[in-house]
Amino acid sequence: MSEQLETYFAVTQLHARYATVVDAKDWDAWCELFVDDCVYRIQPRENYERGFPLATLSFTSKGMLKDRAYGIRETLFHDPYYQRHVIGAPLILESSATHIDCESNYAVFRTKLSELSTVFNVGRYIDRIVRTPEGLRFQSRQCVYDSEMIPNSIIYPI
Amino acid sequence: MNAIDATLTQLQSSPSALNWYENGTSRIPFRVYTDAERHRKELEAFFYKNHWCYVGLEAEIPNVGDFKRTAIGERSVVMSRAEDGSVHVFENVCAHRGMQFCRERHGNRKDFVCPYHQWSYSLKGDLQGVPFIRGVKQDGKVNGGMPPDFKKEEHGLTKLRVATRGGVVFATFDHAMESFEDFVGEAVLHYFDRMFNGRKLKILGYNRQRIPGNWKLMQENIKDPYHPGLLHTWFVTFGLWRADNKAELKMDRHFRHAAMISTRGNAQAANEVSKVSSFKETMQLHDARFLDIVPEAWWNGPTAVMTTLFPSVILQQQVNSVSTRHIQPRGNGEFDFVWTHFGYEDDAPEMTERRLRQSNLFGPAGFVSADDGEVIELSQKGFEQKPDHRALAELGGRDVGDTDHMVTETLIRGMYAYWRKVMGE
Ligand code: FES
Ligand SMILES: [Fe+2]
Repeated sequence: MSEQLETYFAVTQLHARYATVVDAKDWDAWCELFVDDCVYRIQPRENYERGFPLATLSFTSKGMLKDRAYGIRETLFHDPYYQRHVIGAPLILESSATHIDCESNYAVFRTKLSELSTVFNVGRYIDRIVRTPEGLRFQSRQCVYDSEMIPNSIIYPI
Repeated sequence: MNAIDATLTQLQSSPSALNWYENGTSRIPFRVYTDAERHRKELEAFFYKNHWCYVGLEAEIPNVGDFKRTAIGERSVVMSRAEDGSVHVFENVCAHRGMQFCRERHGNRKDFVCPYHQWSYSLKGDLQGVPFIRGVKQDGKVNGGMPPDFKKEEHGLTKLRVATRGGVVFATFDHAMESFEDFVGEAVLHYFDRMFNGRKLKILGYNRQRIPGNWKLMQENIKDPYHPGLLHTWFVTFGLWRADNKAELKMDRHFRHAAMISTRGNAQAANEVSKVSSFKETMQLHDARFLDIVPEAWWNGPTAVMTTLFPSVILQQQVNSVSTRHIQPRGNGEFDFVWTHFGYEDDAPEMTERRLRQSNLFGPAGFVSADDGEVIELSQKGFEQKPDHRALAELGGRDVGDTDHMVTETLIRGMYAYWRKVMGE
């Protein structure tokens, strides 16, 4: 049990760290939560369930994450906003010496300057987490979202 | 007239008249984006009459009984494939008491049944079954039933006229209007056929966004070659857009549809190119696969063609990424924008991968599209706060015509020339 608890604790800490860095707009730290050869996808539930490969964003290396970070910082014009993640308890599906497969629900709230806070995007993370000497890192994070309509645009990572 | 009459007259009168500078369209009154009543008139004039509107791709309903629910303007419609393989489009309003009976967005059916009183319709929208049509027998007498002169043939769903070309489905409530080909016109049809040249399409998936701005702003956005090199600095930073790219702008004879055709130039030093200040010659992608562009034979030269079919759809070819973008208005201040990305059935797996990778550039989070939605939202905010003011679209002059360069807002002026003609104002 204690090994399981340790894993559970480490995963929730990773999720908490993830929420902290993406809500703090620390994109460099966001990139570093992934291994080099990683997958990061934001995909509508519709595509996921119907087997359509298209994602709203689909990155297949840490380099692509860094390019997104650059895009957010330097090239993408957008109305400024805060985001706030609330991540539910992870369901650990599989845990081994090398990796952990788990899922958790999430909700992201968006607050634009001078505006009320609104529900921005809700869905489920489907994760493959690997154990590295530096601690747990994402090998793959898929954000499969229920939200049928994106309220205009998604700029920051979910 | 007493005071109450005067107030009523004012409230009920048509929206205040538009003031067009020099009776042209180089200055667009903000009121065309802000008036709810004018918007309803637009729906009637552009979406429900005399225009072929986009409904989808045949590849979305490959099998008999497949259907897709979508919208034309603000009216919900269903596209289905009947037993004989033909494509049908009918309005999603039950012929009995009007319920919007189809709630799933896609699926496969033998028929459509309205849950309220179980009226059933064929895949072509014909009324088939009416419960208790002959009444109910009880104690030797027949209770109720439809009147003797009730004919099922007279109570089908509202059927639209359908046109398919190259695997794309358009429909219109207007059974008297010209053919799809005449509607699009030779010049723009050429670019339509280039993208939809008969090869079977393969659906890659959808993206859906709700943009809080007037629907015409999206048409304008894709008729505006002024902004890409300026707003979309990503394009410029990574060399995908240059002001000296070979380009052409072409319109149909009514100026309602247009194609922006551009061909990426060879690499030149930044200083030879443009005065676009954000060009960073030294900037490199960490992962160059975003721009792993492989020319395709069907391009026939141009590396990007953006086609606007007024009023309902934008057809995108940006290097290897192809999609349709469907405009579905929701009142004067908001519209849904539905992206259907696709490929071709004969694409090699690497090409499918490439199309998917390049789709990161487009859509509601895309490196060069997310900001379009943002500027549309903020434009609408500007209009709402100052409705008596006007936008200026005078780059390249005040007239309307095809050009062989991108330094012009002529397509926007053209669209409003058409708008004025149809709206009569
Ligand atoms: S409203 Fe559809 S069957 Fe009565
Ligand atoms: Fe744009």
